[in-house]
Amino acid sequence: MFRFRFSLTPDGAVGAGAAPVAVPAGARAEVSRFLPRALLAPAVVTLFLWMIVPLVMTIYFSVIRYNLMQPGETGFIGLANYEYFVTDPSFWTAIVNTLLLLGSVIAITVFGGVALALLIDDPFPGRGVVRVLLISPFFVMPTVNALLWKHMMMNPIYGVLAQVWHFFGATPVDWMADWPLMSVIIMVAWQWLPFATLIFVTALQSMNREQLEAARMDGARYFQQLRYLYVPHLGRSIAVVIMIETIFLLSVFAEIFTTTSGGPGDASTNLAFLIFKQALLNFDAGVASAGALVAVVLANIVAVFLIRMIGKNLD
Amino acid sequence: MAPKAPITAALVGRTVAAWVVTLVIFFPLGWLVLTAFKSEMQAISVPPLLFFTPTLDNFVEVQQRSDYLLYAENSVITSVISTLLGLAIAFPAAYSMAFFRSKWTRDVLMWMLSTKMMPAVGALVPIYVLAQTAGLLDTRLALIIVFMLSNLPIMVWMLYSSLRDIPHEILEAARMDGATLWQEFRRVLLPLGMGGLFSTGLLCLVLAWNEAFWSLNLTAAKAGTLAALIASYSSPEGLFWAKLSCASFMAIAPIVVFGWFSQRQLVQGLTFGAVK
Repeated sequence: MFRFRFSLTPDGAVGAGAAPVAVPAGARAEVSRFLPRALLAPAVVTLFLWMIVPLVMTIYFSVIRYNLMQPGETGFIGLANYEYFVTDPSFWTAIVNTLLLLGSVIAITVFGGVALALLIDDPFPGRGVVRVLLISPFFVMPTVNALLWKHMMMNPIYGVLAQVWHFFGATPVDWMADWPLMSVIIMVAWQWLPFATLIFVTALQSMNREQLEAARMDGARYFQQLRYLYVPHLGRSIAVVIMIETIFLLSVFAEIFTTTSGGPGDASTNLAFLIFKQALLNFDAGVASAGALVAVVLANIVAVFLIRMIGKNLD
Repeated sequence: MAPKAPITAALVGRTVAAWVVTLVIFFPLGWLVLTAFKSEMQAISVPPLLFFTPTLDNFVEVQQRSDYLLYAENSVITSVISTLLGLAIAFPAAYSMAFFRSKWTRDVLMWMLSTKMMPAVGALVPIYVLAQTAGLLDTRLALIIVFMLSNLPIMVWMLYSSLRDIPHEILEAARMDGATLWQEFRRVLLPLGMGGLFSTGLLCLVLAWNEAFWSLNLTAAKAGTLAALIASYSSPEGLFWAKLSCASFMAIAPIVVFGWFSQRQLVQGLTFGAVK
């Protein structure tokens, strides 16, 4: 919507104010070697620090005894923190929950997103309004999203869903108690479905319309169009959606923090929330750091594949 | 927006389907807005009320109960300053990579993207300890720094992909005419790159405004943002829905409206220019 276009006339902005200044050729070359690096440096240095300082500290904390409540007791304890974190039964539950959350939300948003994008791709009355309404949930902050669903939608007595269940003569579900992970998946998917839809709608706009028209003329059925034209065209944006969502979904936190607090038991605890629990609820920074490194390794395994995938699509 | 195609059964079907799905997806948000104008009794009435006499009491009470304006101020300050600061660092870097390509450019870009892959929780303990040591817990400065750093890769990427589209010849012509670096920036890059700068800023503003992990973990009563304020409404049960909705409505309204205008840029920004 906001697209600014500025035109440069030959005698306009560029030439007018700049009187020719004689610059020695050597100096200019010197400048052009130094300048790009100087301009790049602040971003690279700050990002490098942002990456390396926490990483080194985390590695250090992960091999010492470090409880925020007992600052006196420190000392090298080798891999004990890792052992504690990995052998904790909550760990495997958290890994499984993390992957379930990631997988379910990606499946819902990719299939739902493609379907929705195809539905609103061609013009129909009110398409502009539909687009705006559809994208809205994506801009809702996670804490609002979580509480909105927890209370107004999913409350077993007063919630809207309970009324819908009543309407169909069913017994309302106590979402937070009986389906905690499912509830979190619904909240997160509600947030990310609009995002996926928006990406796919944008990608569909660059479809080759003539090709599509030709296929229709030749009597291609809708399923055939889908199979041979739409899906191949969307391949790249599906890859991108999966990548972006993976980045954000591996560390879903606020939705769990504000609704189920990981419970009941560990039923809705993911890796991010488990580490948070160790660090700020159990005050065991050592174990939390070991867990954090496990999470970073997990994220990197995923990232290597994803970066390769998107790297191919770059230039 | 009159349909150009003749009204067919297919068009009617598509229109109805699209509107039904859209209304279902938008419903929770619409319900939130409605509840913000209800009394507490109306908010939990069974069956739920669709029509009622709206009240503005909640807005007053939310402000009195939890000092909404302070949190709103924190949100505005942290998101705006972190975005401006980030742009100031990211723009030169993007410029450098877009116009002085070297064999490292690609690797640097990829490395920056990879820092975004690190889960925030991985840095929780060290950042918490650093903030504590520096006396920055529960300060806006801590949030500004963290927001800026976590959005920096996205900013560089977005600006890079928008600057890359500016033809080199224009810059070379300016240099030939003897433009200094400042003139080059002021008179060529800024006007041509304004669209990119604007959309990058918009997107990062949205991301910073909605950020919840760091605001929940690094701030409390003094520097908390709206995302943290809303989380504090999670404990009281039952009778607080109208106030919760009202606070939520005030927390998301500005940014949702912002989002409507920036959705096109958002696609490019969040997909690192891979989908246009």
